[in-house]
Amino acid sequence: MVSTTVPDLRPKRGARTLRNNVASGAFVLSFVLVCVPLVFLIITVVAKGAGIMSWSFLTKNIPSARRSGPGMGPAVVGTLLMTGMASLMAIPLGVMGAIYLHEYGKTGRLASVLRFFANVMTGVPSIVMGLFIFTIWVLPRKGQGFSGFAGSMALGCLMLPVVIRSTEEMLKLVPDHLREASLALGSSKARTIGTVVLPAALPGISSGVLLAVARAAGETAPLLFTIGIVSKPNLNLFRGSNTALSAQIFSNAALGLPGATERAWGAALTLVILAFLVTFIARVVVARFDPLRKAT
Amino acid sequence: MQPDDVPGSTTVADSVISRPVAVPQRSATADSAIASPTVFHLKDLSVYYGPFRAVRDVNLEIRRHEITAFIGPSGCGKTTVLRCLNRMNDLVASARVEGQVQYQGLDLYGADVSPTEVRRHIGMVFQKPNPFPKSIYDNVAFGPKVNGTRKKAELDVIVEQSLRGAALWDEVKDRLSSSALGLSGGQQQRLCIARTIAVEPDVVLMDEPCSALDPIATARVEDLMQELKSKYTIVIVTHNMQQAARSSDRTAFFTAEVNPESDRRTGVLIEYDRTEKIFSNPGDERTENYVTGRFG
Repeated sequence: MVSTTVPDLRPKRGARTLRNNVASGAFVLSFVLVCVPLVFLIITVVAKGAGIMSWSFLTKNIPSARRSGPGMGPAVVGTLLMTGMASLMAIPLGVMGAIYLHEYGKTGRLASVLRFFANVMTGVPSIVMGLFIFTIWVLPRKGQGFSGFAGSMALGCLMLPVVIRSTEEMLKLVPDHLREASLALGSSKARTIGTVVLPAALPGISSGVLLAVARAAGETAPLLFTIGIVSKPNLNLFRGSNTALSAQIFSNAALGLPGATERAWGAALTLVILAFLVTFIARVVVARFDPLRKAT
Repeated sequence: MQPDDVPGSTTVADSVISRPVAVPQRSATADSAIASPTVFHLKDLSVYYGPFRAVRDVNLEIRRHEITAFIGPSGCGKTTVLRCLNRMNDLVASARVEGQVQYQGLDLYGADVSPTEVRRHIGMVFQKPNPFPKSIYDNVAFGPKVNGTRKKAELDVIVEQSLRGAALWDEVKDRLSSSALGLSGGQQQRLCIARTIAVEPDVVLMDEPCSALDPIATARVEDLMQELKSKYTIVIVTHNMQQAARSSDRTAFFTAEVNPESDRRTGVLIEYDRTEKIFSNPGDERTENYVTGRFG
């Protein structure tokens, strides 16, 4: 029998609607709960660090622990230099390693083994990286072992598996038909990778790389036994102990001295701002330069 | 199946015996006479993917300055055979070729033949348009740059000629630096054709080039094929019988045999002849069933 009445399309009240609303409410509540500690953390860091944040804080030498006043210059320089050196070592190696894994090795034996180890390394605690460099580099050099370069190596070990993993994921996202189109024009495999695959994957790779950089900038454990935390400025990465923002937080925060504590919070705020800036740049790069995005 | 009119002799491009692949002299009098020189000669060609034989015992000759169409139901090996002609099957790890593919008398799968060189002379247009995520100009200039052309003045000329040759110049001449991804489907496919002819190949292979296009774009590409015929040799795989009937000079009909034990399908060439004959008076009953629409 064919119905000739117009169906009732209004929302129906009842048990199903109630369950739907409860579920939606639960999701919203969960999200709010997750945000609370995050927001609380950021507010605390900003509140405690803002007081001492200033240009002189970022540039002056570190006063001795008992004294108050701004000054984290050597640590800022140390963080920037060491993270820069670590990036210089880890990024090219990581990107090329990922290219090998995805474009050449694929499912072969060597590639599978390398991929497995890279995956495992992403989970190795950062202090182990520091210990590794301490044992093979710092110790053999007896008194001269501590240096910014040793710290960079430890940070590099930390960054490398992350760069490999995220680059490989980005390479997977480049569709095969682009590679085919290039090869069909008589381009070699290496040239295809250089002129088609990498440019297409570059925004995603940059994003992953910058996130690895942001993480390395804030790591403390790898630096504990490698840089021999000092307070004096040292622009030479290869000679003499050095310091970094994260290391300064470590050495200052629990001393119970107000000046040191305040500077530790300032250092924490600096790191948070640094991480924020790097992440922000990464997202802008992806959004603006992604060639796989359809032209508007 | 052997075609009716066997050419008197297979002309081999001069002085290419010891070189892997060479472009022949384009003879000014090479119109599509009855005995056009042979470009490809497939002898007992079988293609395996691992242990599975995808297509068997293909024997046919493709003639210069003709449009040869491969037709047949899905899964009967047409694309597989097409991809043998420019060694694109090499990209599939498990693919193996038995028998011979002769390109101008040379063994295309010979020991000292470079697939990259092969693809410079035998270009391919794919089913789904696959322009690079670069500008229109960079897409067309990609191939010539691979071949060593660097000067902007020369590239400008090549880009314009190729876009004119693909009947796309007037539509894009004012926006050569805009992204190719902003073009419509039909324009993208014509861009891919322009990109392919920019390297001045000998042969253009087309794998269902119009299947992703609307009828008007399809008609433009078919007109284009007729124009391109005078300069290139074209082999086209198509599901569209009407397209084969109205566009091609010769047609090869493939079908799939089902192996009763394994239930796998193996493609086999049933009939290969001048298009008028295939569609008006085919020699084999299976061909007749297919072209009259009784199956497939």
